[in-house]
Amino acid sequence: MKTRREFIKISALGIGAAAIASQSNRWGFGLPLYADENKSNKSKATKLTPTYCEVCFWKCAAWAHINDNGKILKLTGNANDPQCNGRLCPRGTGGVGMVYDDDRLKTPLIRVVENGKQTYREASWPEALDYIAEKMKEIAAKNGPESIALFNHGSAGGHFTHLLKSFGSSTITAPSFAQCRGPRETGFETTFGAQVGSPEPTDIRDTRCLVLIGSHIGENMHNAQVQEFSDAVDKGATIITVDPRLSIAANKSKYWLPIKPATDIALLLSWIHVLIDEEIYNKEYVAKHTMGLDQLKVHVSTFTPEWAYGITNIKPSVIRQTAREMADAAPSVLIHPGRHVTWYGDDAQRSRAIAILNGLLGSWGARGGFFMKASAGIPDFPHPEYPKPKWSWPEVLNGKYPFASMSVSNTFIEASISSNDNKYPIKAWFVAGTNLPVAIPMMSQMQKALQDLELVVVVDTMPTEVTGFADVVLPECTYLERHDDLRDVPHRVPTIALREPAIEPMWESKPAWWIAKQIGERLGLHDYFKYEDFEEVISWQLQQKGLTLAELKSKGIVVLPRHNESPYLDPKEDYHFNTPSGKVEFYSSALASAGFDPIPVYTPHPEPEDGFYRLIYGRAPMHTFSRTANNPNLTDLMDENSVWVHPKVASLWGLEEGKYTYLRNQDGITSNFPIKVRVTERIRWDSVYMVHGFGHNQKELSRAFGKGANDTQLITNVMIDPMMGGTGMRGNFVTFTATGATEEKEAAL
Amino acid sequence: MNEELFVSGRNIPNIDPFLNIWHWQIPIYLFLGGLAAGILFFAALFTILGKADKMEATVKKAPIIAPIALILGLLALFLDLKHELFFWRLYTTFRIESPMSWGAWVLMAITPLSIVWVASYAKELKPGWDWKFGFLNDFESFVIKNRLALAWIIIVLSVILGIYTGILLSAFNARPLWNTSILGPLFLVSGMSTGAATILIMSKSTEERRLLSGIDLLLIVIELFFITHMIMGFQAGSQTQIDAAQLFLGGPFTVPFWVFVVILGLVFPAILEIMERLGVHMPVIIPVVLVLLGGLIFRFIMVEAGQITRYLY
Amino acid sequence: MRYAMAIDTLKCVGCSDCVIACQMENNVPIGFCRDWVVESVHGSYPEVGLELRSERCNHCENAPCVRCCPTGASHIVEGGIVLVTQNKCIGCGACIQACPYDARYSHPEGYVDKCTFCNHRVTEGLNPACVSVCPTKCMYFGDLDDANSDISNILATRKYKALAPEAGTNPQIFYLV
Repeated sequence: MKTRREFIKISALGIGAAAIASQSNRWGFGLPLYADENKSNKSKATKLTPTYCEVCFWKCAAWAHINDNGKILKLTGNANDPQCNGRLCPRGTGGVGMVYDDDRLKTPLIRVVENGKQTYREASWPEALDYIAEKMKEIAAKNGPESIALFNHGSAGGHFTHLLKSFGSSTITAPSFAQCRGPRETGFETTFGAQVGSPEPTDIRDTRCLVLIGSHIGENMHNAQVQEFSDAVDKGATIITVDPRLSIAANKSKYWLPIKPATDIALLLSWIHVLIDEEIYNKEYVAKHTMGLDQLKVHVSTFTPEWAYGITNIKPSVIRQTAREMADAAPSVLIHPGRHVTWYGDDAQRSRAIAILNGLLGSWGARGGFFMKASAGIPDFPHPEYPKPKWSWPEVLNGKYPFASMSVSNTFIEASISSNDNKYPIKAWFVAGTNLPVAIPMMSQMQKALQDLELVVVVDTMPTEVTGFADVVLPECTYLERHDDLRDVPHRVPTIALREPAIEPMWESKPAWWIAKQIGERLGLHDYFKYEDFEEVISWQLQQKGLTLAELKSKGIVVLPRHNESPYLDPKEDYHFNTPSGKVEFYSSALASAGFDPIPVYTPHPEPEDGFYRLIYGRAPMHTFSRTANNPNLTDLMDENSVWVHPKVASLWGLEEGKYTYLRNQDGITSNFPIKVRVTERIRWDSVYMVHGFGHNQKELSRAFGKGANDTQLITNVMIDPMMGGTGMRGNFVTFTATGATEEKEAAL
Repeated sequence: MNEELFVSGRNIPNIDPFLNIWHWQIPIYLFLGGLAAGILFFAALFTILGKADKMEATVKKAPIIAPIALILGLLALFLDLKHELFFWRLYTTFRIESPMSWGAWVLMAITPLSIVWVASYAKELKPGWDWKFGFLNDFESFVIKNRLALAWIIIVLSVILGIYTGILLSAFNARPLWNTSILGPLFLVSGMSTGAATILIMSKSTEERRLLSGIDLLLIVIELFFITHMIMGFQAGSQTQIDAAQLFLGGPFTVPFWVFVVILGLVFPAILEIMERLGVHMPVIIPVVLVLLGGLIFRFIMVEAGQITRYLY
Repeated sequence: MRYAMAIDTLKCVGCSDCVIACQMENNVPIGFCRDWVVESVHGSYPEVGLELRSERCNHCENAPCVRCCPTGASHIVEGGIVLVTQNKCIGCGACIQACPYDARYSHPEGYVDKCTFCNHRVTEGLNPACVSVCPTKCMYFGDLDDANSDISNILATRKYKALAPEAGTNPQIFYLV
């Protein structure tokens, strides 16, 4: 039976009412009248608990400082963690705000129909878990366990991945591939036979020349990377930044190339042309490790800087000069692969051009280029082998996107819409730690899928847009209230970091491992969850590595020696790259045989029509996507986004600094909420810019609701990358309009 | 195009985007303090000059207003404090460099003295008045005997009080509009002018009124002269001071300043007083009210506008 | 001893970590801050210049806030740090008016509050919270009287400026440019 799944506003249930901050005591009671000492700024921390940050994917190891009343006073970085060196970023420092946000999800909720109206009712944990387990069994009996899919992001995902795999489904995906860094993984894999991965193995610390293409380090606060970027500035490394906007990184660069948006491949090909034409590429490396130079030479012969000038607006002399700077620094040069690279639908090819450029300079495997990562390798806690699913994410791709190395979230959404020719239908969703409507720009398909699904379970700490579509909402506790898997991030040196709960879970919230185990037990999967407390799992894993829990509790992180020799390639030794040819492939036969360009080509992309401006979005250092938009401490630093417009555009449209405007895109979609105008010389006249993650439409987010505009809403033209399914989002154009959708506006007031 | 913005979300109440930490209490307090200083100054002055009997309203009646104004002014000041419970800390120390400390101590001295002054005329103004207690009667006769000495003390304190109302603002280097040494004399003269005007309506003697209106006229002329100099000084000053003067020369305070303070508060009453002297009679209340309102608005404008002005960097 | 801070505007990315670290360390109420970041943009596209400055109390040698305080609540301690004694402060606002940097604010509890250079940390030999958290390591704190301190060295080798020196306050925060 199909039930239309209406969006339910959780506030209607009367939970989550914010406690009114007690009126400050302006009469000064509480201060001794006589003593001259100041009231101590806050009670002293008496306990330090190790954790690693969960505000973004960088996962810096940190200490939670707790006082006698069990309140977390502050978070500081763990000095031994090479990912943060004792310094958390603003989001990590403000992580405490996630715990003490009054808008948190507090109890399990189940969708019910009351008087013909869909609503949630508060439920007990056993009730909610029974409901989910029953539904899962029912769906598995009909369609197989494979039809239950997981969308995940962050630490909670691991626990639900284990649950689903134990149940027989590996229909598991994360929007971080197709909506974010997928194209670069494909581009680098087809060139070097290795993905870039996270965190990036970029040796910025020791680089002599750093090239950033649309990557705004400093505004994206990837901790160690920002720290090393600052070191590079200090050491006088040559920084070249390609960006249509004067980003913070561009401001710190020796060369800022204010490129015309959507023309990056032309610039990259032209750089390759200069390196080959002037014979300043790394000849030794190219001869030893690469194949396809001849084809590449022929391919780029016509892509002169003069050719590129007409496309990119970058002067030929600047293209030549910057190419020479790279060659001078080689192999200690780094053309950064970027992170969010789903722009125009030919992104894997652009990433490949970046990879080829790195290959020509010999930076892969070089000090100051890309180092070879090492990880600790933590064994799985013993459990029976996972049942083998009959189908998985590659089948969901349905023959599309042959170079997708990971599951493609958008195909999961398509497979969730009922249709007769869908051989691998998805019937249920687990959504853990990702706010899908803001993360994936496919609102109409998502709406359809949500009507057809038989079960939607959302596990989150906050009521976000996606929680309104759930059948069951499970309140997860924040990272400071729970155990999670040991952190094992591959980098220069292997490390193992521990996350211990700093405080007991607040309200009725529970850790993800507990939720997964409880559902597992109800599904008869006890053998996969043979522990009462997750600490047992961690303790066992540490034992296998010759470590103890006590040691980790006192240190927070252990840095292990690299077992594989040097992080850099030995110039004298041969090296087998994991490509079909075993070499760095400038020319990819695999791509050619699959019908793709074996060497990247430049294709022009659509331009904005008169009166429209290309929508460029990015990051702010004090927020992580949309998930921190309600954090009381972080909203204090930034509570809304603004739209950057060039002064000429502003005067043309009569836009005033600090005033609000609605945005309307090429498909007539108007932003739900007005956005503040910033008139600035930092942006081109053919583009506008805004920070992603604002304009929340969920009233339960008392601080985030109606603040700024949501770029994802305006991204209705999605250009899918045929190689790997990435959702190109930079081909959307907006104009300014004084009036928005009035209902939403009224709702905002 | 240049831009200057906070990127860390700073938006502190009463500080951003413009400083607005002092509200109505401070201009009220400055006005009342100046008014009281003016009244007490003239009372003491004419006592010293030996004209106490000729200038009855000035010396004996009008001073009643002084303690009332001072107490109301202190009340306004108290309401401005945000950590009120600790106000007594003002009197556990004397900070020689702090105008606020000077003001607190001067008020502490002049308020009781003004009450004593008024009380010493109680019997004269209200025949048959009795203090009920012997020691109060003894004290009264002591004061009456030493009235001249008291007048000297009060005249000094009233000048300090009058100047202080201006120095309180001018001592703030950080606010270019206030940071002019002419503000002390200007506020003193303005306070005296409001004092003289107040006495004017209380006086029934033609001679006294003629003298007082002459004094007021003179004070108004001096005030206009000071205001002109203040603006000229700003115009010849640094960029921050030029910007400060701009508030009155085309900026948001142009109309209130020139219309309400200069024309209605100074020039117009001066013309009325000159016409009165030339024999055109009209109710004395009109110029008096205009002078008082002008003085009050002047202080409101100076406090409001001064807080907006700041250093550029 | 003369504590001072040097901030490298060439390295600062404006992330505001200094601001939130201070707020957490010193329990600054939401909506208030003891330090803040200013972005200043000049020029026209594409010839645009940008400066980022983390600003706070300048712990002036000639501190107008201390001079005008009627109760002695604002005072200078060892190392030249300007502090406010909360229960001597009457909340008159004079020091707020006196500060050319708008570095002070009225705490919701009534007293005036401001940057203390994290005196409680400094006396324990630690850096102020803002300095120790900065991901770009663009802030230097130390004793100017010690010729070998980091701050003395950096000021000896780099070009720098102070804010509104014409205000005559002799500020002790230096911006490396």
